Amino acid sequence: MSETKQTKKLSIIAFSGDFDKLTAVFTLGTGAAAVGYEVNIFFTFWGLDAIKKKLGRSPVGKGFLPKVFGIFMGGLKAAPVSRLNFGGVSPKIFRYLMRKNNVATLEELVEAAKQLGINFYACEMAMHVLGLSKDDFIPEVKDVLGVASFLNLSEGGQTLFI
Amino acid sequence: MATFNLDITKEHCPMTFVKTKIELAKLQKGDILNVSLSAGEPLENVPRSATEQGFTVLSVAETGTKGIFNVEIQK
Repeated sequence: MSETKQTKKLSIIAFSGDFDKLTAVFTLGTGAAAVGYEVNIFFTFWGLDAIKKKLGRSPVGKGFLPKVFGIFMGGLKAAPVSRLNFGGVSPKIFRYLMRKNNVATLEELVEAAKQLGINFYACEMAMHVLGLSKDDFIPEVKDVLGVASFLNLSEGGQTLFI
Repeated sequence: MATFNLDITKEHCPMTFVKTKIELAKLQKGDILNVSLSAGEPLENVPRSATEQGFTVLSVAETGTKGIFNVEIQK
């Protein structure tokens, strides 16, 4: 090799638990990982819903209030769209349209992200507030991090907040 | 050395190269992946990305169907 190619890096802060914004997170993440980027996704607050083991509405979390939040927010399958959600009808319509037009659904993008080895991280502070533990998440979650650790691993690359 | 086929003619961004990359990852060195894809973004992106990733694009040829191409990629 005549030259050393530096690994490109994309770090995404997944703050939103909305269906459309999570679709953007995983579209960008998988696209970047496929073309050789190291991709890190840091899930915080509502974004944590995307990595819960329980995909539907479930009383996940320790304590009464976190369990209520867990039921209302749910997991990936319960993600609302950020506009015109119509009581949860819109995500179903979006999934139908995506399948009809051969566009990857959110679930397919998440599967691809796992296969491409994208690094999933959970925010320690948000987990604490919402009464969640690492066991509540899918096994692909690599680690639980704080801000300093996230800044450290995203250093030298591009960072997005979605 | 073995040859495998992948049809991404109905796929859209980002799954065109995502599926290609996942399939290439399963192959042994020297194996060939024949990728059927559509003209436009997939035709521009897949051969270029494969080359950038260190794979060898052996050929790019239009098939009998208009707008459908076959790209031979060697791992």
